[in-house]
Amino acid sequence: MIRIANGQGFWGDWLEAPVRLVEQGPIDYLILDYLAEITMSILQKQKQEDPALGYARDFPPLIGRIAKRLRERNIKVIANAGGVNPVACAQQVLKIAPGLKVAVVLGDDVYGRLDEFLAKGYEMRDMDTGEPIATIRDRIQSANAYIGAFPLAEALATGANVVIAGRSTDTALALAPMVHEFGWGATDWDKLAAGTIAGHIVECGAQCTGGNCQVDWQNIPDMANVGYPIIEAEPDASFTITKHAGTGGRVHSDVVKEQLLYELGDPRNYITPDCIADFTSIHLDDTGPDRVRVSGIRGRERPPTLKLSISYANGWKAIGTLVYSWPQALAKAKAADRIVRQRLADLGLTFEEIYTEFLGVNACHGPVAQPMADYPEVQLRIGVRGQDRKAVDRFTRELIPLVLNGPPSATGFGDGRPPVREIVAYWSALVPRDEIQTRVEVFA
Amino acid sequence: MKVPLSQIAHTRSGDKGDTANIGVIAYDAKNYPTLVREVTASRVKAFFGTMVIGDVVRYELPNLGALNFLLHQSLGGGGTVSLRVDTQGKTFGAALLRMEVEIDG
Repeated sequence: MIRIANGQGFWGDWLEAPVRLVEQGPIDYLILDYLAEITMSILQKQKQEDPALGYARDFPPLIGRIAKRLRERNIKVIANAGGVNPVACAQQVLKIAPGLKVAVVLGDDVYGRLDEFLAKGYEMRDMDTGEPIATIRDRIQSANAYIGAFPLAEALATGANVVIAGRSTDTALALAPMVHEFGWGATDWDKLAAGTIAGHIVECGAQCTGGNCQVDWQNIPDMANVGYPIIEAEPDASFTITKHAGTGGRVHSDVVKEQLLYELGDPRNYITPDCIADFTSIHLDDTGPDRVRVSGIRGRERPPTLKLSISYANGWKAIGTLVYSWPQALAKAKAADRIVRQRLADLGLTFEEIYTEFLGVNACHGPVAQPMADYPEVQLRIGVRGQDRKAVDRFTRELIPLVLNGPPSATGFGDGRPPVREIVAYWSALVPRDEIQTRVEVFA
Repeated sequence: MKVPLSQIAHTRSGDKGDTANIGVIAYDAKNYPTLVREVTASRVKAFFGTMVIGDVVRYELPNLGALNFLLHQSLGGGGTVSLRVDTQGKTFGAALLRMEVEIDG
């Protein structure tokens, strides 16, 4: 049995979680998921400004904090912290924690190969809309293939303490140690599906140990010290989800079910670079306090394609807010919204969208929300987006004046006018698997 | 007898681009057939009204006593494009807890 712990559900997750995982009990592997769909574009921009950047900058200092423990306990780290510059990430890790052996998985970054792909006739149509990539070609900021567990397992085979990848899938981080330790083959579909589903359960960190859980949430103990998840993986591909003894939170089949359903599409066709997993085959058992055993999982052959994660510039947006107090808070906020829209129109400014929400009334649940006769307070939240940055910037100056020249009892403008942000949109497309050849480089 | 969905099920929701997903899970597996009968794709589409522009698709997971719904075109463009406070549909599952379902007895 091996223990695989996830200490980071996204870049920005709790900094203490991975440190506690290595200190508060036994684990063999620490996995860390840093990449969301748009993270790569942010990192690509950072790399363009400074060739030494372009990776998750939280990662090297974390390794610095835990390097001693990693060596003492022979814990291996696997992280997709490399972003668009995994080599620079490895070099920074070694600068902070010399003496570690770091393996880097390369080959996922295809930003420089898109024209080659187009020349080969790959249309790279958006998987959601079906549009050809030519419509955004000149605005693309990053392009990476999602890579699976086998390149990561190859990196583990070098004996590295730390494996750094770019755009590996979240689930591959968990599956890779199983492939490495148990010698699973590339066509062991059921086993690969089990490891993939183990990865899906833990990929959002504490969301499977009591975080964001509806079931009995008030009574889930000690969430301030919530334990992050640990997979106890068996060679037969069954596994148990648990957490360190003495930590807060709760591992129970109800909690695990919620996470199994999280961001799920067709449950029979959970497609990864490693296999297609069938979520309707999962069997859960509560086998003890904070222990859920998972078994019975079936899988099918992986697809002949790999998915590309492409980001592109898609205009500008800004979102501003003001708070209106009782009495007639909602009516005041609605009046203010009408005034803003009229002033924007009078300036001749046009946008692709102007969207207004009334927080406290219906922002989350729209027409489903139950109205009140008179709200104690309402936050007006207006957002605009469009291709003209100047128009968006002009909008940001239209909210604060309302405090003096609009409906009464407005407040909450203390942060000044809102920032204008570039919209980096996401495009996914398929290319033949053979086009992506990964390789491992070792740094020590 | 009509009760809110929250009496027999819990939910978790998230996003894939401009599509929100809602997992609906029976507290007690014996109520799974009730979920299948009562919480249909067309009822979920009608329940959310103007919040969902596209289709609602339902998948069944009898092994977990759960249903999975995909609500297409429901997040104002999704991800970084959306101007909404809940760009990722994190609260859609909570909204669905209000839906009235007919249970036995």
